[in-house]
Amino acid sequence: MSQSTSTQAADAPIISLHNVSKWYGQFQVLCAVDLDVRKGERVVVCGPSGSGKSTLIRCINRLEVHQEGRIFVKGLEMTDNVKNIDAIRRNIGMVFQNFNLFPHLTVLENLTLGPMLTRHMKKADAEDLAMHFLRKVRIPEQARKYPLQLSGGQQQRVAIARSLCMEPEIMLFDEPTSALDPEMIKEVLDTMIELAESGMTMIVVTHEMGFARTVADNVVFMADGRMVESAPPEEFFGNPREERTRTFLDQILKH
Amino acid sequence: MTTASSQTRLVTAAYDPLARMSAADWLKRNLFSSVWQTLLTLVTAAVLLRFFWFVLDWGVINAVWVTSDPDVCRAATGACWAVIVEKHRPMLFGLYPYDEHWRLVLMMVIYLVTVVVSLMPRNWNLRFLVPLWLVAAVSIGVLMFGGVLGLRYVPTSEWGGLPLTMLLFTGTVLFGMPVAVLLALGRRAPLPVARGVSVVFIEALRGVPLITILFVAVNVFPLFLPAGVQVDKLLRITIGIAIFFACYQAEVIRGGLQAIPRGQYEAAASLSLTYWQTTSRIILPQALRICLPAITNHIIAAMKNTSFVIIIGLFDILTATTAVMQDPLWRKFYVEAYLFVAAVYLFFGYALSLYARKVEKWIASGRI
Ligand SMILES: Nc1ncnc2c1ncn2[C@@H]1O[C@H](COP(=O)(O)OP(=O)(O)O)[C@@H](O)[C@H]1O
Ligand SMILES: [Mg+2]
Repeated sequence: MSQSTSTQAADAPIISLHNVSKWYGQFQVLCAVDLDVRKGERVVVCGPSGSGKSTLIRCINRLEVHQEGRIFVKGLEMTDNVKNIDAIRRNIGMVFQNFNLFPHLTVLENLTLGPMLTRHMKKADAEDLAMHFLRKVRIPEQARKYPLQLSGGQQQRVAIARSLCMEPEIMLFDEPTSALDPEMIKEVLDTMIELAESGMTMIVVTHEMGFARTVADNVVFMADGRMVESAPPEEFFGNPREERTRTFLDQILKH
Repeated sequence: MTTASSQTRLVTAAYDPLARMSAADWLKRNLFSSVWQTLLTLVTAAVLLRFFWFVLDWGVINAVWVTSDPDVCRAATGACWAVIVEKHRPMLFGLYPYDEHWRLVLMMVIYLVTVVVSLMPRNWNLRFLVPLWLVAAVSIGVLMFGGVLGLRYVPTSEWGGLPLTMLLFTGTVLFGMPVAVLLALGRRAPLPVARGVSVVFIEALRGVPLITILFVAVNVFPLFLPAGVQVDKLLRITIGIAIFFACYQAEVIRGGLQAIPRGQYEAAASLSLTYWQTTSRIILPQALRICLPAITNHIIAAMKNTSFVIIIGLFDILTATTAVMQDPLWRKFYVEAYLFVAAVYLFFGYALSLYARKVEKWIASGRI
């Protein structure tokens, strides 16, 4: 949409974090994190629990506020400026571990709410769009149900479709399969793989290393709020540089 | 199929001890399982029998149903329901001019129809409800006040009885609920000013007896108005009751708001919904559903608080009855009169709670 007006170079990162730090009281969750993500790039973030992965991606759409450093999305800096926050959020879809669907609305209403309220689409158009994305995630027949009537895997696919209805350029995933029973993980990962193949820019926090291997352009390992290692998957899994990465991979791949 | 259903039945039988129990078994197990329990059962039965016999004897067999002569009642040993027949008009309509009572009957019909129609989910659309309420409000206003269309003017100081109770109650809920929602939201708002105002408002008014608030609304508030400006006493007292109601209701709604998980706010934020969009579409609909039983509770209490209009000399149905029962000829039969008033309150209160239960069912089944 605003690409023509963008003054950025074509290969400039669409998301860019410089030296980002954040504290909860005395406790430093993020320590001078640097991250560049180019358009269409897929980044997988992994690391032990409590290492700051969620905090990191939540800073990118301002669900958390960083205290030091700078965050740019499509050349816009994330500051207290409400207009910027809004403009940035419109370009970013987010998928949560616990789906966070609106339980009092039907699946279809969950999907049309955003387009109708923030993009001022007509109801009929919003419903067409919603059905389009429900077909993409392969559950158009569930449109009239309420979220709690669906399985976990179906709910997560609805959540993905809900984000896609905002037609974002970037999608953030925070452990999208961690709350799912094993037999449902695949259907959600398949949806995400298709999304990746369509060229979506994605940052995915996950411990699904198979997904990282096949989809990621870059795998990032975090520990104690620091970015310990960042490399393409062949290198990351084949020949990790850091000791901590190796220990982590040993632990996680054993299962 | 057959196996499955017979299995289900087996399971049901195993879990339901009453299913295969005979009446004698049930009695033995629940009423006469020990000496002590048997004794208790007999005593309770005796008390209940005595009570029902009294109700039957006093309330039906020896009761006087219709007479305009109080001496007939005095001679009887039973209840004097005739007092209700005799005095129902001043009880139901208070000081409102006697010849104009038909206006109040019409008003109550319009009121009840409007309310009942509005409570049905299939009518929940503003394009229908707003005109309906406007028409109802105007026609009720014309009927109550008069002064137009050849109707005699009746000032609010002469209003009374059941119509007054209805108007006060409706005013309390219609004005109090939005204020309650705003106060509840204010208490959790991102703006410190909004939080401060809400907390002070709620805590100050909740800590004070209703009668004090009404005293202020009636006697102190006018002192702050510029000279020449007058606000109707009835309006002032309605607002007083409504604000008191709102403070309690706000705390109930705050409880509902607290039950909404943070993820709902975050999902709304990531769809870049604004504060008001998030509040009105995501948070409030869920919060109000959660605390509906408690909200109903306070609404029923508000219905009964309408009796406080007595402090501005107005007679709602309860105080009108008290006044009517000053009549020395009929004074002896105040119990019957108050039973009638209690029945009227019970009717509306029970209707409200039945409706609230229905709404809870609709919510549970996803209908609303
Ligand atoms: N609101 C909060 N207040 C205080 N500490 C927090 C808060 N949110 C997260 N933390 C802490 O920050 C650290 C990083 O959290 P998080 O980003 O959720 O880690 P991860 O997603 O990698 O498991 C954890 O130690 C967590 O306890
Ligand atoms: Mg996390």
